[in-house]
Amino acid sequence: MQEEDPQQSALSSQLKWNDEQELVAALRTGDEAAFGFLIDTYYGALLRLAMAYVPSRAVAEEVVQETWQGVLEGLARFEGRSSLKTWMFRILTNRAKTRGKRESRYESLDSGDGNSDGDDTSWNEPDRFRQSGTFAGHWLTLPSMWDEQTPEKLLLSKECRALIQQAIEALPPVQRQVITLRDINEMNSKEVCNILEITETNQRVLLHRARTRVRKIIEQQLNEQSARS
Amino acid sequence: MVNDLKGQVMHLMAGSMTCREVVDLIAEYLDGNLAFFDRVRFQIHLGFCKGCRNYLNQMKYTIRTLGQLPTEPMPDDVRDELLKRFRNWKKE
Repeated sequence: MQEEDPQQSALSSQLKWNDEQELVAALRTGDEAAFGFLIDTYYGALLRLAMAYVPSRAVAEEVVQETWQGVLEGLARFEGRSSLKTWMFRILTNRAKTRGKRESRYESLDSGDGNSDGDDTSWNEPDRFRQSGTFAGHWLTLPSMWDEQTPEKLLLSKECRALIQQAIEALPPVQRQVITLRDINEMNSKEVCNILEITETNQRVLLHRARTRVRKIIEQQLNEQSARS
Repeated sequence: MVNDLKGQVMHLMAGSMTCREVVDLIAEYLDGNLAFFDRVRFQIHLGFCKGCRNYLNQMKYTIRTLGQLPTEPMPDDVRDELLKRFRNWKKE
């Protein structure tokens, strides 16, 4: 089992449980394959979110370890009021917040009802639009058409991957948490709101700002590439 | 000013939503959260505005890029340690 490619073992074991209830039941009976599936499936996603809370990779790894411990301790009490996934990520955010505070870099995001994420307006690009006249609010210069294979081409380059990673790391923490869950971990907005305890409106605003920033970095990258060639 | 006339027609056709408004509504649009009338205005605007069509695609490609960022595999020793912990937990 352990020599197997984790991705592969996750896929093959996925067929063993028809739904989450069965998976939870298997975990409770001590089914090792079920636990193996769980950690293979969520390790990377949990680690990414942890890194949005704490200052170092080492601490993030510890937070993920604590999360698994929390999962084991809480499994008997898990009532299925939220999905297993949401429940696990909630355990992670709680541990990560505690750790983040201790590491004293964590910026409070208790302002769940407002949009205050400590951000200025630099995410926005007002200079791209006409300021006045009949066409106020329309493009000053039209955005260019990107090649359909842009994502795949970008990700081939180690340099580009690093730049995108840096752009994500540079986001205000709450924006980073939202974009990590929504676009990198590919969760839906309801899950994200439950995990981060923010409203849908707030979530959308944060996501929009984060995406706008990352799009800009990609645009700069594409411009540089075309200038070079 | 042919350009202005063309722009004016486009402006009318685009259902009076500005490009800036379209840009601000993209996340809502992609989540399928726009109210019916706003969605229609959004789509009409897109139909007439190449700039916004390009921008919407840029956003979609940005999202796809993020979704394809490589995931770090769990180190073997970490996995072994976790499974060991699970076995101990089972015994308790």
